[in-house]
Amino acid sequence: MGGVIMRLLKHYIKSFLFLELIKGAMITGRYLFAKKITVQYPEEKTPMSPRFRGLHAQRRYANGEERCIACKLCEAVCPALAITIDVTERDDGTRRTSRYDIDLFKCIYCGFCEEACPVDAIVETHIFEYHFENRGENIMTKDKLLAVGDKYEEQIAACKAADAKYR
Amino acid sequence: MSEDLVKFTVNGQELEAPKGSMLIQATDAAGISIPRFCYHKKLSVAANCRMCLVEVEKAPKPMPACATPIMDGMVVHTKSPKAIAAQKSVMEFLLINHPLDCPICDQGGECELQDISMGFGGDISQYTDEKRVVFDKDIGPLISTELTRCIQCTRCIRFGEEIAGMRELGATDRGDRMVIGTYIEKSVDSEMSGNVIDICPVGALTAKPSRFSARAWELIEHPSIAPHDSVGSNIFVHTQRGKVTRVVPRDNEAINEVWISDRDRFSYQGIYAPDRMTQPMIKQDGEWIAATWDDALQKAVEGINAQGRDQAAAWISPNATLEEHYLMQKLLRGMGSGNVDHRLRQTDFSDQDAAPVMPWLGQRIEDLENVNAALLVGSNVRKAQPLIAHRLRKAVINHDAKVSFVNPREFDWHFPVFAECASSASGMLEDLAAIAKAAGTDAASVATIVNAATVTETHQQIADSLKQSDKAIVLIGDMAQQHPQLAVIRKLADAIAKATNSVLGYIPEANSAAGWLAGTVPHRGPAGSAAAVKGLNVAEMQANPAKALITFNIEPEFDVANPAQALDTARQVGFVVAISSYLSANMKDYADVILPLAMFTETSGTYVNAEGFWQSFNGVSTAEGNSRPGWKILRVLGNLFDLEGFDYISSQDVKDELKQQCQDIQLNNSVECTAVVSIEKSAASLQRVGDVPLYAIDTLVRRSAPLQKTRDAMHDCVRINSKQAELSGVVDSDKVKVNQNNGHAYLSLVIDDGIPDGCVWISAGVQATSSLGENFGPIELEKV
Repeated sequence: MGGVIMRLLKHYIKSFLFLELIKGAMITGRYLFAKKITVQYPEEKTPMSPRFRGLHAQRRYANGEERCIACKLCEAVCPALAITIDVTERDDGTRRTSRYDIDLFKCIYCGFCEEACPVDAIVETHIFEYHFENRGENIMTKDKLLAVGDKYEEQIAACKAADAKYR
Repeated sequence: MSEDLVKFTVNGQELEAPKGSMLIQATDAAGISIPRFCYHKKLSVAANCRMCLVEVEKAPKPMPACATPIMDGMVVHTKSPKAIAAQKSVMEFLLINHPLDCPICDQGGECELQDISMGFGGDISQYTDEKRVVFDKDIGPLISTELTRCIQCTRCIRFGEEIAGMRELGATDRGDRMVIGTYIEKSVDSEMSGNVIDICPVGALTAKPSRFSARAWELIEHPSIAPHDSVGSNIFVHTQRGKVTRVVPRDNEAINEVWISDRDRFSYQGIYAPDRMTQPMIKQDGEWIAATWDDALQKAVEGINAQGRDQAAAWISPNATLEEHYLMQKLLRGMGSGNVDHRLRQTDFSDQDAAPVMPWLGQRIEDLENVNAALLVGSNVRKAQPLIAHRLRKAVINHDAKVSFVNPREFDWHFPVFAECASSASGMLEDLAAIAKAAGTDAASVATIVNAATVTETHQQIADSLKQSDKAIVLIGDMAQQHPQLAVIRKLADAIAKATNSVLGYIPEANSAAGWLAGTVPHRGPAGSAAAVKGLNVAEMQANPAKALITFNIEPEFDVANPAQALDTARQVGFVVAISSYLSANMKDYADVILPLAMFTETSGTYVNAEGFWQSFNGVSTAEGNSRPGWKILRVLGNLFDLEGFDYISSQDVKDELKQQCQDIQLNNSVECTAVVSIEKSAASLQRVGDVPLYAIDTLVRRSAPLQKTRDAMHDCVRINSKQAELSGVVDSDKVKVNQNNGHAYLSLVIDDGIPDGCVWISAGVQATSSLGENFGPIELEKV
């Protein structure tokens, strides 16, 4: 019985003295003068981890030779079954892909393909702003992947180097 | 028996094993796993990989389980710290020179080295020096090499010596410089060479036709039966996205042990040949147009009806399934015609009524390795039926069985042959008669020819070898079945078998055993029953061409005894329905409707092997285009002809119906015919002799590109011996013209002293000789 009376008493004192309102106004007041953290996207961008997983790319070696050796480990590890690979023997006898498709509608950007790759051929870049206008553009073909890789090789290499000591 | 068993302990478990057996055999039987690379249950013990080291109490050092005979009271630890340490050290040594290029290796995912290194390999290599590099060798169109990956287990070398009987691969140098190779640049030509791909524990030897085409984990494994010989090897068909990617053996000790022939392994490459039929086609006003199944079937039925359906004829390939054979004869007989035959390469039908219900091996395939003496008549068994030859080879190697041959030429054998008689068609009969005489036959039907025979020492030896052995066999092979006087061969072989107390057997072609059982012979219905309407056999059908003809999975210019005449016949026939997997230029010429047929991996069915064993299989890959299984095509044709009893739902129904009728069949090869026979001698100075080479026997193997690149497929030549060459005034590699019947062919000449005098060896089943006649008969040879 006594407990109920005490609780009511506390409630009335808090309510009449606007204690909670003042607490809230203090937080508002503190942020009014604090340094702003809003980023003005798209003019401004947040920093990105070297491990960020965006659009895929295929890399080449410095001599221009494609890295991918068609081992199909990425295809095997892909949990969304987004990767489709056909293998062929190139004229010089090496094992190469004749088709390497990633379906971006299926991809869940888990990065397992990158982890599985024994030659660092398939990577996920920092590109996250892209769109499709037509049906079929969601399929990243080998040519498209290599083009992305060629364009962003410097950035990809830098990320790999930055992350290397933690691997 | 119990005194032959010894007791020993492995990991605290009490085991028993036969005295003298190796430790690894006993642990394998008990399900205790010991890592190994060089040990293989079908090969001799080499003990050179050292991976199977285990700890044996009271032994100072770890012992290799594959080369340690079991002793009474032995105490073995396979997982003790000492054993594990030894196994790990060996693994480290093996990995020193291994390139670890698993991502690009075809063996990756099914590699013994990969599997065992997961269990016993270290995570970090201590080795920092340069690794060994071995340059690859080109050893033919079937096997690709990557010898840097080799771990020198020598399984492939031992396979060549012990199983294939050809020492084709060997090792040069020693230690870490040991290299596997052929020494002299050459291809590996054994007809069973593909098995080294399976036994190689690493990716050093892999299949060339399926190189880089799939990883092990994406393949779906389906059990199936190989279609090309009468062994019925058990196989696994591996498919990827509905397409056949490779074929590997399935263990069956009673049939193919763990091996398959190259023909069974690589023939699948023909499934996706460019001339594969994918759409029904009909000829309209001389033009070929693609049609729907409905239209094509309708046209086929109308065409046959218009020509008179009781006059129709059918030629069915001996490698069609049991169900297809059964439905084909049911269709023809339902239409009121009996003209159906699968014995396309046979030429002598004079004693067909005396032929057994199903010509069979006379015993189980497995028992062939226990025979003490064998006489093979007209058989190049090594190439025609590699796994039957393997059983005979085991008999020769294991207990000096005496295997003799009466053949139209001498062949290269992979085991020591006791005696070999080589002569022309009539000479073969004389040889057989002489052997029968030496054996002391009293058969009345062959009495005149036996009495006229001259017995030489060889004939006497062959007869004695058969007589003196308790397990002897006389086998009639494929060339004998193509012989112009098969009836005489049959009688003589039977006389020899009876006089020497041997078993008489046949080595049937492909699935022809099923043809006999199902009744695709003109004089007998299913299960050997008397045919209501006695039809015409293949030879008679060619002599008086029918008005309508159904061909089933054959090309007359390759699959019929007299190719030139068969093609002519097909052209003369008023209306031809070709049920075929492939489209050829000749087919476009003679056929009026072509129905695309599914291959053996795309249909369900049953094959009956030489010992009469029924093996059913399911369709495992997607049929190309609009092709359909043969039994379905024939069933629908039956429906469209308004015949009764064609309401099968599955191929199983068809099989069950025939099985019911075959229940009481007693297999018996014995010849009961008493008609007196004589040897017909041709006056011509030159006689053709020949066979159908192993990679020419059916439509599928003829289109398997890798098999056609092997040495065994090179048969577009004329072979004569040097004496005959001198007489004919020709020399090696001359271009010559051969005339047979009305046909001729230009071929290059090869001098081969295995060919008997007065004979010209020309193989059938190949393009270059398809304009000629039968395999046996008079021939003329002229230099151009």
